[in-house]
Amino acid sequence: MPDTQALVMTFLTSLKNATARQTAELLRSVISQQRVPYTNQAGALIDAVKAVGEQLIAANPVELAVGNIVRRVLHIIREEDLSLTTAAIGELNLSAVSDDENDDDRDGNTTLSAAAVAAAARSTLRPPSLQTLLEDTPVSAAVPQTSSSGAADKSSRSRKLKHDVIEAVNELIQDIVTCHEQIAEQAVEHIHQNEVILTLGSSRTVSEFLFAAKEKKRSFRVFVAEGAPRYQGHLLAKELVARGLQTTLITDSAVFAMISRVNMVIVGAHAVMANGGVIAPVGMNLVALAAQKHAVPFVVLAGSHKLCPLYPHNPEVLLNELRSPSELLDFGEFSDCMDFGSGSGSPLLHVVNPAFDYVPPKLVSLFITDAGGHNPSYMYRLIADYYSADDLVVQRRAIAGN
Amino acid sequence: MGAQKKRAAAAAAAARVSEDPDDLARQPLQAILLADSFTTKFRPITLERPKVLLPLVNVPMINYTLAWLEAAGVAEVFVFCCAHSKQVIDYLENSEWFSQPNFTVKTIESHNIISAGDALRLIYEQNVIHGDFVLISGDTVSNMSLTQALQEHKERKKKDNNAVMTMIIKKSKPSPITRQSRLGTDELFMAIDPNTKQLLYYEDKADHSKGTICLDKMLLAENPSISLHNDKQDCYIDICSPEVLSLFTDNFDYQHLRRHFVKGLLLDDIMGYKIFTHEIHSSYAARIDNYRSYDIVSKDIIQRWTYPYVPDVKFCGNRATKLERRGMYRALEIEQSRSAQVGSFTVIGYGTKIGSNSKISDSVIGEGCTIGSNVLIEGSYIWDNVIIEDGCELRHVIVCDGVIMKAGAVLKPGVVLSFKVVIGERFVVPAYSKVSLLQQPTVHDSDEELEYADNSSGTVEFSSIQGTADQSNGEMTSESSEAHKPKLGTGGVGYIWSICEGGQEEEWRHSVAPIPEDKLTELSEAMDDDQELVTQDRTALSTSGELISDSNASEGDDNEDSKDDSVYFEKEVEATFLRAVEENVKVDHVILEVNSLRLSYNMTSADCAGAVFYSMMKLAIKTPHSSASELQQNTANIITTWQKLLKSYLLEIDEEIEIILKFEEMCLESAKEFSPLFARILHILYDKDILQEDAILRWADEKEGADESDKVFVRQSEKFIQWLREASEEED
Repeated sequence: MPDTQALVMTFLTSLKNATARQTAELLRSVISQQRVPYTNQAGALIDAVKAVGEQLIAANPVELAVGNIVRRVLHIIREEDLSLTTAAIGELNLSAVSDDENDDDRDGNTTLSAAAVAAAARSTLRPPSLQTLLEDTPVSAAVPQTSSSGAADKSSRSRKLKHDVIEAVNELIQDIVTCHEQIAEQAVEHIHQNEVILTLGSSRTVSEFLFAAKEKKRSFRVFVAEGAPRYQGHLLAKELVARGLQTTLITDSAVFAMISRVNMVIVGAHAVMANGGVIAPVGMNLVALAAQKHAVPFVVLAGSHKLCPLYPHNPEVLLNELRSPSELLDFGEFSDCMDFGSGSGSPLLHVVNPAFDYVPPKLVSLFITDAGGHNPSYMYRLIADYYSADDLVVQRRAIAGN
Repeated sequence: MGAQKKRAAAAAAAARVSEDPDDLARQPLQAILLADSFTTKFRPITLERPKVLLPLVNVPMINYTLAWLEAAGVAEVFVFCCAHSKQVIDYLENSEWFSQPNFTVKTIESHNIISAGDALRLIYEQNVIHGDFVLISGDTVSNMSLTQALQEHKERKKKDNNAVMTMIIKKSKPSPITRQSRLGTDELFMAIDPNTKQLLYYEDKADHSKGTICLDKMLLAENPSISLHNDKQDCYIDICSPEVLSLFTDNFDYQHLRRHFVKGLLLDDIMGYKIFTHEIHSSYAARIDNYRSYDIVSKDIIQRWTYPYVPDVKFCGNRATKLERRGMYRALEIEQSRSAQVGSFTVIGYGTKIGSNSKISDSVIGEGCTIGSNVLIEGSYIWDNVIIEDGCELRHVIVCDGVIMKAGAVLKPGVVLSFKVVIGERFVVPAYSKVSLLQQPTVHDSDEELEYADNSSGTVEFSSIQGTADQSNGEMTSESSEAHKPKLGTGGVGYIWSICEGGQEEEWRHSVAPIPEDKLTELSEAMDDDQELVTQDRTALSTSGELISDSNASEGDDNEDSKDDSVYFEKEVEATFLRAVEENVKVDHVILEVNSLRLSYNMTSADCAGAVFYSMMKLAIKTPHSSASELQQNTANIITTWQKLLKSYLLEIDEEIEIILKFEEMCLESAKEFSPLFARILHILYDKDILQEDAILRWADEKEGADESDKVFVRQSEKFIQWLREASEEED
């Protein structure tokens, strides 16, 4: 599949600003170009997606959203496969009644039925989750669509699986695109009249959230901590003022002084870990601690693609990204401090510029995702809905292979 | 003010931009990458591998440059290969660079090119550059964004067709002690117009011994304000208009980009071409010019100044590496003993093995290396597949691919081991030595080539050597192992190159090793002396004719030097004096001349008096004479004629004593003819008021306690002294 390989290459080069949506779109084209064998179609698709996913994750391990999407797509393939086999079980029952004449077909059916039974057994063993209970309808809806005749059935089923998977990935892409709106819809429930909201840095989700509340005629004030050293808070303040929101810009270090006047802290996240911990722009832990000290609710907004099925202590998780020190200080001014040419040869000045902070779950009051508000302790449950346990470690094969 | 101007310009440009942006978009940005530095600074390594393919933190240098060009929006790169062109082309063909979308890499190959100027002329002939282009060499690391610089360049070009080049500069303070930048290059002086950012003066080879730089007065006449910098670093990234290529073709003697082209344009105002600068603040750019900059840039990369071109972010061809605490980068599959200590700011490559109790700090270890136990590695660069056996010590060295270090070998700071060298057991490689399997090319270079040695090396010679080396590599290894066994210890293979270029004392300036402490103190002392001298000069000058003799203290400090100096000084004074006698120069003028000599040699007036007296006596002896009395007469004449000169240096009694001592010395050594006349000449000097009686008496007193042999002349003039004593008593 040279085409997909080229696509992957382009993607890898542009990965610096990769988003979850682009990952999903890439995987969709990988799936659509993947030729599917007659047997074990789901396996072939999973292998293809895994192979690409590995590359994507390895290219930038800090960008957890990429890994999340790869796992979501893998999960979708498994789910679709499962729903097809449950449909096949129903069909098997039918064919058993209708007493088939073809031996080859029967052989195929028996092997298939064995797998199907196993899969069905697995599905019954799975604890019913909120999501599966609610989304049970598409499975039953899929049943009437299956045609009931031999060879034609097989090829159509293979197309069906691919088709279904692509449909589902499209839905996923749609979800990612609309997640800001879906989160913003809940804004009025959380922001009340005359409240003071504090946020740090800039996040699209947060700004949409605040705008939505403003549009619903809520009047409130926003404190924006500037978010050193990238100062994205400045941009946010500009946007907020453009929308007519009363805004106060403060330094990060003034957060503790201001927190007593704040009714709620609303921030965005880089990733939400399985334990409910949050990886967020640097300085967030400080804000969370200040909020806890003054019993101010600390609310994290995160699209469901930011839910990461890994725990922060996983060796696969690279919690931080150390960026260039030039964001902190001017190289020219300090160039004499970094003269390695004299003395012991090692510099006495180290400049460390981490991009992210880890906020432990106990400091988070509420998560607002596109699926509604959740407690940190509920995160693992949501994750069980979105991901299958088999995919948690995408790279395992690579490590074993070496 | 400047900002306003800029804004106005931007507004004006915006009006025009409406017709231009598609023009901008239509023309893809091109770049010329010189994959050869045309220098010999990285020898002996570059005899076997081109500089651009040398690993910099485990990634070939050219990848940093190409990755940056791609990220900066360059669409087409012409890689100019010269030395080892085959290796460069092979490497690029097997790399990912040829398969990138929206980024084409084309190679241009030539073998008989010896300078950047020639390369650009060749590219001009090929007619492949259609618009503005980026000129860069393949050893540059940067993460800057070109957009702004390019925009500025284009706007300037629109207003003024003569603005042909924009040079990227960056602030970086030079070391005040060594007078070199942190990248090990010479201190660079630049004069820039603060408003237009036009480059007006560029000097990287300033003469530090003089301590002055010269600016043309016309510069100030034409530009009301000039800012003069020595804290700017030339990044060697230039945005050029296509005219640059034709300029190179027109001026066929332009070889070096800076020394000839930039300076040529600055000096030559007939065509009126202008060069502008663009200073970058937050982003990084540096060129690897010598071993020191290799070291510094590696450390900058490890310290993440070049982000995103750092080992743990994939940009091109680097293996997955993880950044751990305290700046430790580790690739996969590393076998490390539990007791091994890997310190901070260290990079360890894929598949490397580290034995027990080994200590590694501030170093870069390549792929597939095997490091034994109890090894000490500090601030070193170890490339791929190196075997270091137990108990070796490496401090601040570069070790190339495939080197084997037998147990207990020691590399002193600044050592460079080229490819596949073997160091014998317990052998100690002396500091700053370069070891290679290839023999040092004998100095058969013509004068011209030597002159180019550090700006445009003989690449022709490069390739020829490479050719023979490739053929006879096998034999040579065995040959050399026999012939040079004692040189690198038992089992050692390779030649230690003798240091010729720049001399050994300059070697520390460009080496990977940090500048040793004693050098620094030495230099700072020298600098203090300089300053002292300057202040001394100043006081001396302010009092012009009047001379100060308070510098006796400095005499004792550096006896060695002053001895040499005083000999020269005496000779100079003698020459001056003789010339004065021949040409009948006025005494006042001679005094002036001797004074200036005295200042330049930092001598006391006593020295002057001695020297002048010496020259007078020499003259007397040289004047033809038949008898002692005639000689005495001559001497008396000369003393009479020149007494004013002598007297001007006899301010105090000390100087007079000095003269007597000098005379004594002469009589004993150089002019024995005077010895019988000592007392009489002493008398003459007394008569002419050159010597006061106090001086003579004090001299006699001093000699009282001396050896008998020393007293010869005191005896001789005993009568005279006696008479003097009585005379003074009478007066009392």
